Amino acid sequence: MIKLEHVSKSYTKGVPAIDDISLHIQEGEFVFVVGDSGSGKSTLIKLLLKELEPTSGTITINKRNLSAIHKKQIPKYRRNVGVVFQDFRLLKDRNVYENVAFAQKVIGMPNRRIKSNVPRVLSMVGLAAKYKSVPSQLSGGEQQRVAIARALVNEPKILLADELTGNLDPNNSWEIMKLLEEINKRGTTVVVVTHNMEIVRAMKKRVIRMKKGVIVSDDTGGLGDEN
Amino acid sequence: MRINSFFYSVRQGIKNIWRNKMFSVASIATMCACIFLFGLFYIIVNNFQAMVRESEEGVAVSVFFEPGISQEQIDEIGVLIGKRAEVARCEFISADEAWEKYKEDYFEGSEEAAAGFAENPLANSASYQIYLNDVSMQDALVTYLESVDGIRDVHHSEVAANTLSDFNSLIGYISVGIILILLVVAVFLISNTVTVGISVRREEIAIMKLIGATDSFVRAPFVVEGILIGLIGSGLPLILLYFLYNRVVVYISDKFNFFSNIMSFIPAGTLFARLVPIALALGIGIGFLGSRLTVRRHLNV
Repeated sequence: MIKLEHVSKSYTKGVPAIDDISLHIQEGEFVFVVGDSGSGKSTLIKLLLKELEPTSGTITINKRNLSAIHKKQIPKYRRNVGVVFQDFRLLKDRNVYENVAFAQKVIGMPNRRIKSNVPRVLSMVGLAAKYKSVPSQLSGGEQQRVAIARALVNEPKILLADELTGNLDPNNSWEIMKLLEEINKRGTTVVVVTHNMEIVRAMKKRVIRMKKGVIVSDDTGGLGDEN
Repeated sequence: MRINSFFYSVRQGIKNIWRNKMFSVASIATMCACIFLFGLFYIIVNNFQAMVRESEEGVAVSVFFEPGISQEQIDEIGVLIGKRAEVARCEFISADEAWEKYKEDYFEGSEEAAAGFAENPLANSASYQIYLNDVSMQDALVTYLESVDGIRDVHHSEVAANTLSDFNSLIGYISVGIILILLVVAVFLISNTVTVGISVRREEIAIMKLIGATDSFVRAPFVVEGILIGLIGSGLPLILLYFLYNRVVVYISDKFNFFSNIMSFIPAGTLFARLVPIALALGIGIGFLGSRLTVRRHLNV
């Protein structure tokens, strides 16, 4: 599903943000990418979203070489990759329903289908009752659920989450992780970038650890307590 | 673009105008001023041109022939003149008709004095009276006529022709100059409004890009905003001009009777049937251009 071969990314002539990494994530996998600040986690997400171009190497997503995707085809590519951020990035002047429906409008979905899809996804994330609330009336956890609903409503094959529990308390973080696990069980490949090691340990999923732009470990069975 | 996306863009375009009220009002006001002045000049120039055309009909070039020329040669010259593009119509005045006219003009009341002439004293004064399509072409025609064999003299009024045509051109140039300046200002202001709209919505645009919005989907609301500003900015002054024009025509006709004898206004229906599509196209065109250029420059999507 996601394949990186000898990928490097340098912003300037100095130290590369990502240095010759190779990685393979299967369809339907749940993967954590962990590491300190500056380890290259966010650059990895940007490369997968085609916000950045690798300096060298090949990224293949769904058997498609990202370098071969023309600028005009990027929007269509991104519709297959849902993304959630630490700061939620919701439209503050629109309610929950409108925030989620916005993702469908952007891809030109007919209103009839928006009206059936949005409530379905909102019930999945447990926010069906709050569809009229605006972001300022919601807790951090709820806002992140709206962001997840927005990322999922277009039924992407991959969900990328960049520090999505960074602004949440432990309880909310845990609930969000359970939600992602549920989404993963339905067949979506989930890649979570985080530095919340407590959750990573508890989830017992594959963990890729990065340091200074390189992969230093790849534990398919999760991290043990000794880590 | 799908119908859903189209309506979304229109709604967002309207919301953009509402969100940046101050800038939108400034843009619409400038556009109104621009189209109002354009309409005003259009009305003045068109009415003036209509009056000039009427006056031009009175401006004629007279052609006199060499002594002893035959009627056949005169007819041939008439055919040559008739073929010229500058010529609206050409009338032949025989020597007898010229003498009759002269008697009417100068011997009225003393016909016996005219009877003293046994022969036509204007025997060599047969002529063509040539009326022009456009007085600015008079010089070219006169030069041509002077080169034709059999023509003795060409009488024309350079002052009348030049004054009318120069005045007409002057009004045209001034109008074009003022309108061009206003158009540039309007494009600049619309561009500013759209730039503010883009900066206010930068976060929303970033989200749109991340969830797979196409370039045209991101750009469309801003272009709609520009077009709407252009549409409102050209529609309002047209309505104002229509009512003003009707009032001014009635006012001048009522108050200045002598004026309406020498000039006639183009009916509002005829004038606005041409002005409305031109002004709307201009307003919408400026709105489209101003927003499209700005969106291209600021939105690297």
